[in-house]
This record gives sequence, C-alpha cells and structure tokens, in this order.
Amino acid sequence: MANKSILPLWFYKLASPKYCYQYTTKLLPWFAGAAIALLCVGIAWALLFAPQDYQQGNSFRIIYMHVPSAILAQSIYLTMAICGAIGIIWKMKIADMVAYACAPIGASMAFLALITGAIWGKPTWGSWWVWDARLTSMLILLFLYFGIMALYSAMDNKTLAAKATAILSLVGLVNIPVIKYSVDWWNTLHQSATFSLTKKPAMPIEMWLPLLVMVIGFYCWFATALMLRLRNEILIREKRAQWVKKLVTQV
Amino acid sequence: MLRAFWAELKRDLLLSFRRRGDLLNPLLFFVMVVTLFPLGVSPAADFLAKLAPGVLWVSALLAALLSLDSLFKSDYEDGTLEQSLLSSESNYMMAMARALAHWLTTGLPLALLAPLLALMLFLPSEAVPVLVLTLLLGTPTLSFVGAIASALTVGLNKGGVLISLLVIPLYIPVLIFGASAVQNATLGLPVSAHLAILGAMLIMSVVLAPFAIAASLRMSVSS
Repeated sequence: MANKSILPLWFYKLASPKYCYQYTTKLLPWFAGAAIALLCVGIAWALLFAPQDYQQGNSFRIIYMHVPSAILAQSIYLTMAICGAIGIIWKMKIADMVAYACAPIGASMAFLALITGAIWGKPTWGSWWVWDARLTSMLILLFLYFGIMALYSAMDNKTLAAKATAILSLVGLVNIPVIKYSVDWWNTLHQSATFSLTKKPAMPIEMWLPLLVMVIGFYCWFATALMLRLRNEILIREKRAQWVKKLVTQV
Repeated sequence: MLRAFWAELKRDLLLSFRRRGDLLNPLLFFVMVVTLFPLGVSPAADFLAKLAPGVLWVSALLAALLSLDSLFKSDYEDGTLEQSLLSSESNYMMAMARALAHWLTTGLPLALLAPLLALMLFLPSEAVPVLVLTLLLGTPTLSFVGAIASALTVGLNKGGVLISLLVIPLYIPVLIFGASAVQNATLGLPVSAHLAILGAMLIMSVVLAPFAIAASLRMSVSS
C-alpha cells in the first residue's frame, strides 16, 4: 500500500504534455461537434420557437446569450484557480497551461455577459448601465481577469508567471464570495427599489429548456476553445521535444 | 518565531524612520487628492458633506496603494529579501511583520490625519470618530492584501501600475463597508455591523495573507 498513489492514474498521465496532446486529439472532435450541434439547436429554439415574454416581448431572448456567458465567466474562474492550485501543489506543467488558456476565455465571457446585459438593460430598464449588484460583481470579475492577464504578460519566465498568476487567482477565489456579498449589501443599502434583476417572472419550462441547451452548448464550446488553446500552448512550450518536432515536420 | 517577528518589525520601522521623506509622501498624496474634490466638483458645504465619506475613503485607499510599490523593492534589490527567506525563521512571520510595518507607516498616519481632512470637507462631527475607527480597522486589511500584490511584482520593473490593477478589485469590499459605515454615521444610523465586518475582514487577511505573501516572495526571489 505504501507505493499506491492516492490519485488515479489518468491524473498523472495527463501531466505529460505528449499524452495530453494525444488525448485531446481524440476528445476535440466530440466536444466541437457537440458544441456546434447544441448551439445551433439552442439558438434556433431560443430565437424562433420559445414563447415571448409577456412583459418584455422579444427583447428577453438575449437571456439565451446573457445567462450562459455569465455562468461560464464564473466557472472558468473556478477552473483557472483550481488548475493554479494543482500547478502549485503537484508542479504540473499542463495545469499551468490550462490556467493560462482559461484566462482570456473567461475574460471574454465576462465581457460578453456585461455587453449583453447592457443591451438587455436598455429596453428593459431604460438605461445601458445600472449599478446593480450582479452587474457590478461581474465587472469586478472582469477586472480580476484583467489583473491576472496583465500579471501574466508582465513576466517573461513562463514557469514563474504561472506560479504568480496561480497565487493571484487563489487570492481572488477567496475574495470572490466576499466581494459578491459586500456588493450585494452595498446595493441593498443604496438601491431605491425601482427595479431588480432578481425579480424575474418565474420561467415556464418551454423557455427554460432552450436555456439549458444553450448553457450545455456554451460549456462544450468552452471545452473546445480551451483544448485548442491548450494544444497550441503545448506545442509552443514543448517545441524542443522530439515528438513535437516529428509532428510539425509531418505537416 | 515571535522574536523574528519583532526583529523584522523593528528593522522595518527603523529603516522607514531613517527615510522620513518617504513616510510623508502618502500623507501628502492623501491631502492633495482630497483637495482636488472641492476644486473639481463643488465647494458647497452641504454637497461636500455628502461626498466626504466616499472621498476620504477612496483617497486613503489610493494613498495606501501607491506606497505598496516600494514595500519589498530595496530589500529585493540588495539581496536582503533573499537572505531572510533563506533563513530558518518562519517566512510567514516575516511576511506578517512586513505588512504590519507597512500599515504602521502608512495606514495609521492616514487614519490619524483623516479628522483634519474631514473637517475641511464639512463631514458632520459625530461621524469623525467612526471615520477614524473604520480607517483603523480597514487600512491594515489594505496593507495585508496589498503586500501580496507587491510581493508578486517585486521582481518586475513595471510594478507600479500593475499593482493597482491587481489590488483594486480586492480592495472593493473594504471600501464598501468603510465608506458606508461613515455614511451611516452621518445619518445617525447604527454602524456596529459594518465595524464587525471590517474587523472580520481584517482578521481573515491577517491570518491568510502572510501565506500568500511568503509564497509570492519565494516565487519572486527564485527568478
């Protein structure tokens, strides 16, 4: 038992860039196909077949972009922080690369959530921006992403940059709940109770199902984008390895 | 462990006392930024009184932020940092002493100077003790969290702006509770909940931040 490892074998196998590259080659078409199929079905269903909202009419349909991107922005941060922790604890290069690949995708998702929120806010609330608790915490999340990307690009040594950003993203992870609840409190202290994001009408099932499809589609798309970025990163960082040279010269 | 803590703290305080000009800079910055608001917005007393809690807190936050750049810089450059990390003493205690020394030389003077500026911004006098109290509770959190970013960027040449980018999102909770406690005090509302939360954030940052500071310093030194 002494030699038996606590973690499953695939965890260690994934730590090898070569294995990880080959493994994602197999996974990639499945996720890409699922993402395309789900997003196409979801968008068609959401835009054409889902019923209109009785108050907001057709403008509510932007929810089908807004909610998945907002969910994704948060879970990508979590992914990034967990990968950062794995990178610090087990010194896995792949975890560092995943964390690095996550940051721009997460930032773009947070940005998309804010933009769609603004576009949705104009017809619904009558203004592009409201200092609402949820909007503000999403904006702060975007700032956290920018900070991590800025730190990454400021450091030349990739290993150290990975470690630095991992520490920062873990500090951010501890802070996110604090930020979220303090912004909630700040908002409830100041808000004049004219409108609220949380008082949505309860959603009927025919509106909710396309949303579910879109959320799963977004996750598949994220997996695809992450794998593409990760594979590029593996090739760049392992460019001196024999198998990469062979792979590149084959093409 | 405690001996190393006191030694480090004494050394840091002595060093900053020898460079008294640097001690004064954050305070001057604080005063000047606060001066900009009546000039830029409006000198009307009732308007400034409404603005004062936010202005004082934001200015104090920025003043504490700007001094972070030099927190580990000179020790990093002359190799002291590397030696103290290599020593057998606890890096955690060293990091804590550093952050505490930073607070004693920036946050504490800022909190003590704040009543004067509160007077200039016509903050109601019953809110002034609350302002000082929130600054006393809040600025150490700023020092401890900020020291993480300072430690992360100490090896880089362009640390200054980068630190602000990293740290400002993390400072938001402290700002919210600090400023709204003062706001409540001007309206005669209770502030104990805000103070309790500021205290909770302070305890959490004092306990947890030194881990991150020490890890970041080890990372920076290994480059």
